[in-house]
Amino acid sequence: MRDVAVIGIGCTKFGEHWERSFRDLFVEAGAIALEDAQMSGEKIDAMYVGNMSAGRFIEQEHIGALIADYAGVATRHITATRVEAACASGGLAFRQAVIAVASGMEDIVVAAGVEKMTDVEPGASTDALTGAADREWEGFVGATFPGLYAMIATDYMHKYKMTREQLAQVAVKNHYNGARNPIAQFPSEITLDTVMKSTMVAAPLRLFDCSPITDGAAAVIVAPLDRAKEFTDTPIKVLATAQASDSIALHDRRDISTLDASVAAGQRAFKMAKLTNKDIDMVEVHDCFSIAEICAIEDLGFCKKGTAGKFTADGETALGGKIPVNTSGGLKACGHPVGATGIKQVCEIVTQLRGDAGKRQVDGAKIGMTHNVGGTGATVAVHILGRL
Amino acid sequence: MTVARFWRKIPQRYNLIGTKCETCGRHFFPPRTFCPDCRRTGKIVDHKFAGFGTVVTYSVIQTEPDQFASPGPYVLAIIRLDEGPQMTSQVVCDPKDAKIGMRVRAVFRKIATDGESGIIHYGTKFVPVE
Repeated sequence: MRDVAVIGIGCTKFGEHWERSFRDLFVEAGAIALEDAQMSGEKIDAMYVGNMSAGRFIEQEHIGALIADYAGVATRHITATRVEAACASGGLAFRQAVIAVASGMEDIVVAAGVEKMTDVEPGASTDALTGAADREWEGFVGATFPGLYAMIATDYMHKYKMTREQLAQVAVKNHYNGARNPIAQFPSEITLDTVMKSTMVAAPLRLFDCSPITDGAAAVIVAPLDRAKEFTDTPIKVLATAQASDSIALHDRRDISTLDASVAAGQRAFKMAKLTNKDIDMVEVHDCFSIAEICAIEDLGFCKKGTAGKFTADGETALGGKIPVNTSGGLKACGHPVGATGIKQVCEIVTQLRGDAGKRQVDGAKIGMTHNVGGTGATVAVHILGRL
Repeated sequence: MTVARFWRKIPQRYNLIGTKCETCGRHFFPPRTFCPDCRRTGKIVDHKFAGFGTVVTYSVIQTEPDQFASPGPYVLAIIRLDEGPQMTSQVVCDPKDAKIGMRVRAVFRKIATDGESGIIHYGTKFVPVE
């Protein structure tokens, strides 16, 4: 296998883009990434696009061809493939791009992610997202996504005695980081009170435990490491790519509050990179709900099972802590355009490793990790990236 | 939802007809037609579940999707059936009374409505065992 590097990144601002369409968003993200790599579109051999549900959100399928067309590369008939794994679509698109380059099949490959979620009313977007779980045996009986993660939270708090306030600190910390990220949907700090007094959505989860509905797109360009210097002075090496699956329904898991697919993908990634969690300087984890970040940092080994609430409340996951988590603001504050999230995570880690993260920069960042979850943990993608 | 999509699940949803692997004895609800343990040596047959179980975890859904909106906030739960498998359903009780470990039994109830002119979905919910 060839070594692979990220040579360009691009992200739209995340938010409710009433004035812009699905096409506008991915074209913007792609153009920023190409400019970042100081490259023209003619060099691109292939693209993989993460998108969960354009069919439900904008009634458009066949996204691979659409994006190649509007990115102006369809006249060269490049390979263009849509990748879908619910909220992990972006992470899997990145992995497919890395595999394509590593295998030697392609040289310059775009991994993109895009979701336009506000072209349908909120009830319809919530219903579309329910398709990430088991529609026939979870969604049918009234399980919503907040409801499923709330059941993880109930189980976790019962077993490990984490307090509601400790859980709320995940959102407080992610909003602090988001306030320092120019692309964040909610670039504003909040207090513990903001979370604790927000509307109850699915007990014990409140509105500020939940990631929002977001429009946005992100793109990264990968190339063989030995060609990376043609395009950039600061190539970022892909040290590991890993993916794991689990039961589609939460009720079929071995343990309700452990995402075994996170554990498996994390271990595979560490093995591939020949690293341990102690080598990681910062990690972007999939905090679709506050409880998801609690589970993620345990499942990836950054703290012991049952201790993540205290670990978070003690500031160990904040900027300046033992392991800064979600410096981008995470899904909670940066926003969660589902298909784009996995690519945005890669953009954030690359930004950190280049030392370009401004007020949210992790000092001396050398190695970073991304963790992207589909559904309640039926798919997990983990990547490790490093500065040369 | 078309009638066929709903109709073909009536035995499972109304009467808790799941499956069982006669090779290893493992029960499945929701039903599976392929035993993940025995794989091709498995022998799957229908199995009617007794309908008794224990709440593993739960949530109170307070922002209800429209089709589940009546009669208001509801208790969503994962229930471990006495035969072994776990399933997701609702527990019909005062949300304040819901707790982990509570014993419940299956009952036939209305689940949701597809708007004013669509299908009314029925299926299995659970109630506390007195």
